Amino acid sequence: MVETMKLEIFRYRPEKESVPTFQTYKVPFREDWVVLDAINHIKDEIDGTLSYRWSCQMGVCGSCGMMINNVPKLSCAAFLKDYYPDKIRIEPLTGFPVERDLIFEMDDFMTKLTEIQPYIIRKEGEEKPLDEGEYLQSPAELAHFKQYSMCINCMLCYAACPVYAIDSTFIGPAAIALGQRYNMDSRDQGRDSRQELIASHEGIWECTFVGECSAVCPKDVDPAAAIQRAKVSSTVDWFKDVLIPWGKKK
Amino acid sequence: MAKSNEPIWWSLFSAGGMVAAMMFPILIIITGILVPFGLVGDDPLNFERIRDAVSQPLVKLILFTIISLPLFHWAHRFRFTLVDVGLKSVSTLISILCYGGAIVGTIVSAVVFWTI
Amino acid sequence: MNTYHRPVPNTWWLKRKPYILFMIRELTSVFVAGYCIFLLVLVYKLTQGADAYGNFMAALKSPSSVALHLITLAFVLYHTITWFNLTPKILVLYRGEERVPQGLVAGTFYAGWVVVSVIVAWLVLGV
Repeated sequence: MVETMKLEIFRYRPEKESVPTFQTYKVPFREDWVVLDAINHIKDEIDGTLSYRWSCQMGVCGSCGMMINNVPKLSCAAFLKDYYPDKIRIEPLTGFPVERDLIFEMDDFMTKLTEIQPYIIRKEGEEKPLDEGEYLQSPAELAHFKQYSMCINCMLCYAACPVYAIDSTFIGPAAIALGQRYNMDSRDQGRDSRQELIASHEGIWECTFVGECSAVCPKDVDPAAAIQRAKVSSTVDWFKDVLIPWGKKK
Repeated sequence: MAKSNEPIWWSLFSAGGMVAAMMFPILIIITGILVPFGLVGDDPLNFERIRDAVSQPLVKLILFTIISLPLFHWAHRFRFTLVDVGLKSVSTLISILCYGGAIVGTIVSAVVFWTI
Repeated sequence: MNTYHRPVPNTWWLKRKPYILFMIRELTSVFVAGYCIFLLVLVYKLTQGADAYGNFMAALKSPSSVALHLITLAFVLYHTITWFNLTPKILVLYRGEERVPQGLVAGTFYAGWVVVSVIVAWLVLGV
């Protein structure tokens, strides 16, 4: 007798329904299965119409994020045994429009990622010629931003963020953390051009420091801390601007 | 993108939060438990002693800060709490009421300290 | 394409424990403001003379005042604890490659809190 457990999965098929429904599937329970294994089993053996994203199955690609019992998780890292024998409820990551079943639209995040300019920017005329070699960096300088560079763009932090769910103009955790990753990089000189977006209302100031973005992050990036630190440095900028306006070089 | 004035509110929020975190628990213990239950000797908060203390400019300034900054702490937090529970559509009005309340409280306390 | 936008109910914060704790943390500010007003009234009574002040201080002995103080104390303590626990997120310090432990940063604030509390008690109570 094979032990089984139930998965209650969010279904949305735009060609046949305008409002999503939930469909319950019975899957074998295995000690070594993660939620993604169970969903793959459904896709292969029970219902081929179920749509979802996945790739690496090892917590690196960042594409299998889902709401598992209301908590954003990588489905390849959530073990069935942690829920057994209860039913597991699976939904697409919250905060994003749903395209089909567990697939959500990530265009908004992609746009924001581009806008934050997540790459090294050098000031005009300060780019080293290639034959002079790379920009050197000490281990201590690396340590300052390394944590923020671990992001795999899985968007769990957006799904955990009520501020983003309420108002999607908010730039959001991962994009700001990535902006900070380059701002804190000793080789980078692009802070001023990122700052226009980061220090805007839609940037850091909508954040109320719920802190759940950091709690759900599978890579310990701690975007909440990145945002609060950006608030501090932007506030310092603001007071410098107000108190010593002549000090601002354009 | 418009330059944000949030830094001024956020700094007041942070300063007020720090003042409240550091000082309010002990003050509440004093006015709510120690003094009413007479656990600290012979009426340490008697009129003459407190009035004389509060008459000193430095004490006035400190007390004024202890009252005013946490009001801004409340204003900023409460503003976002209301927005978070679905009042986003009237967020400007909420900001005016919250920060306005803190500003009124600050002015009133400035007047009160002035008249002592 | 017909994407489906899931509505966010105004009660979203009741859905999970971390969100409830967040909301409690935010609502501590109401009690902070309440105590500000209490302090303001206390100073105002000072300006009204010995009788007004004396009556106000006598009213502190009433059960309702004590109860309100205790409730306020609970919320303000929650504010203090959550506030200090978040300080290492903002104050990120490095000694070379090593990050100063978060517990040490928060611990410094807790230690400062004890010192400030002792000084405040000493100044206010004059003992």
